[in-house]
Amino acid sequence: MLKRTMVTLALLGCGLLTATAYAQELTGTLKKIKDSGTIVVGNRDSSIPFSYFDSAQHPIGYSMDIADAIVDEVKKDLKLPNLKVSYNLITSQTRIPLIQNGTVDFECGSTTNNIERQQQVAFSLGIFEIGTKLLTAKNSGIKDFPDLAGKNVVTTAGTTSEHIIKKMNEDKKMNMNIISAKDHGESFLMLQSGRAAAFMMDDALLAGDMAEAKNPAEWAITGKPQSFEIYGCMLRKDDPQFKKVVDTAIGNLFKSGQINTIYAKWFMQPIPPKGLNMNFPMSEDLKKLIANPTDKSAEQL
Amino acid sequence: MNYHWHWGVFFSSTGIGKEIYLDWFITGLGWTIAISLTSWLIALVLGTALGVLRSLPNRGLARIASAYVTLFRNVPLLVQLFIWYFLIPDWLPDRAQIWLKQDLSPSTSAFLSVVLCLGLFTAARVCEQVRTGIQALPRGQLDAASALGLNLSNAYHHVLLPQAFRIIIPPMTSEFLNVFKNSSVASLIGLMELLAQTKQTAEFTANLFEAFTLATLIYFVLNMGLMYFMRWLERKVRVPGLIALETK
Repeated sequence: MLKRTMVTLALLGCGLLTATAYAQELTGTLKKIKDSGTIVVGNRDSSIPFSYFDSAQHPIGYSMDIADAIVDEVKKDLKLPNLKVSYNLITSQTRIPLIQNGTVDFECGSTTNNIERQQQVAFSLGIFEIGTKLLTAKNSGIKDFPDLAGKNVVTTAGTTSEHIIKKMNEDKKMNMNIISAKDHGESFLMLQSGRAAAFMMDDALLAGDMAEAKNPAEWAITGKPQSFEIYGCMLRKDDPQFKKVVDTAIGNLFKSGQINTIYAKWFMQPIPPKGLNMNFPMSEDLKKLIANPTDKSAEQL
Repeated sequence: MNYHWHWGVFFSSTGIGKEIYLDWFITGLGWTIAISLTSWLIALVLGTALGVLRSLPNRGLARIASAYVTLFRNVPLLVQLFIWYFLIPDWLPDRAQIWLKQDLSPSTSAFLSVVLCLGLFTAARVCEQVRTGIQALPRGQLDAASALGLNLSNAYHHVLLPQAFRIIIPPMTSEFLNVFKNSSVASLIGLMELLAQTKQTAEFTANLFEAFTLATLIYFVLNMGLMYFMRWLERKVRVPGLIALETK
C-alpha cells in the first residue's frame, strides 16, 4: 500500500513537473509517435465493412477511412508529413491489452463504447451507431424477438447481443437455446447450416453478412432493436493531447460532411473484395450522432 | 501499462438472473470435465484396441491401425473438430440432420461432435503408447505365454497387456492431461466450457487478465490433481520386481 502511494506521489510529481515546466511539451501517444516516427493503427480482419482485409491483405473499410483521417491530423499536428503508418491486426480479445501496453496507438473498427471498457481505455467521438436486430430466413416466420421462444438462436460470443439475448431468455422465460459462436462468420454459418433459426447481432454487421450470402434474397433483417450502441475508436486512457487530435479529425469529417461520402462509399456502393453492395441507408440515429458528436456510450446518453 | 485491476469482478453480477461471473466458471468447469472424461473413455477403449492391432503378427490388421494413427495424428485437432461439427452432419440423411441440429439442444449437439473428435484424436495417441508398451516387453514374454498353452488373445489378456499398461502409466498421464487441455477447442463451436466462459467474462467485464488468470489457475489445479491421482495409481498397481518399474 505504502509502495503504491509512493509510486502515485512520484507519478503525480512528474505530472506536475511536466505541466509546469513544459506546458507545450508533447506527452503520451503524440510524444511516442514523434520519437519513433511511426504510428501504429489497430485493424480487424473481418468486421465488414468497418475494418477488414482487401484481396491484397491491406486493411480497408469505413472505420479505416476514419483512421486515415486521424493519421493525417496527427501528421499535421506533429508537422511530420512522412510519418510512417504501420498496421497491427487485433482481435476482440487482444484489442484492449495491445492498446494499453503501447503495441497499438489507436484502433478504429467495430468496437462498442461501453462503461466497462471505459475503465480500461478511452474512446474517441462516436463514429457509428447500430441497433441489435435479427437475421433470419425470409420463410422462417420470425418477425420479432418474441417469435424466438423455444428456438435455437445464434449470436457471437462476447458481444452485447449475447448478453441481451441471455438476459431476455432468463427474464421472459422464453426457453431459447442460445449458441455463442466464435465470430460473426461462424454465427452466420450456424444460421445457414440450420443449427439456428436466427442470428442476433448489430444490424450493420448483419447487413454485411447478408451481402456475403450465396443468395442474399433468402435472408431478412428484422425485429425491434433491443439496444443501441455507439462505436468509437479506442485509444489509451488519460492522454488528453492525443485524444484532442483524434476528436478534431473525426469532428472535421462530421462538420465538413465528408463522413457522408465515406458512408456512401462503404454502405451504398459495391465494396471489395467481391463487389457486393450492402444497401444499408444511414439510420436516423447515426445522423443524430453526426449532428451532435459525443464520446459517451449509448447507455450514458 | 495502466490496467485497471479488479479482482472482485468474479463476485459481481452478470446482470442475467442472479448469476455472478464465478457461476460461469463453475458451469464451464463442469463442461470441461464432462468433455474430457467422456473423450478419454473413448480414447482409452479405441486406443487400446488399435494399439493391440498394431502389435499383432497379422500384417493387414497392423496396417489398418497404422493408417488410422497416420490420419488422426497428422490433421490438426481444430480442423478435425470443424469437420465433425460442420461437415459430417451435412452428409447425414435429412432426418438425422434435423435431429442433430434442431431436436437436440445446441450444447448437446456440440458436445457429441467434440467428444467424438477429441476421443478419436486421442485414441491415435493412446494407440502409440499401448503399442510401445507392448513392444517394450521382452519377446520371451509372448513365447513363454505360448509355451504355457495360452492362445494369442489369452496371452495379451493375461500376460502382455497387464505389464504394458503398468509401463506406460507415465506417458499416459501426459495424454490424460492433454485431453483436459485440448477440451478447450470446444469453445470454438459454441460449447460454453471453461475457456469459452473465460473469454465471455473477459469481453463483458473488460477485465481480461483477471479472467484468464482464474482460468489458468483452474486448469493448473485440475491437472495437478489428475497428475497426483495418476502417480497414486502407478504406485497402487505396481508389481514389485517388474523390470520397467524397478527404478521407481
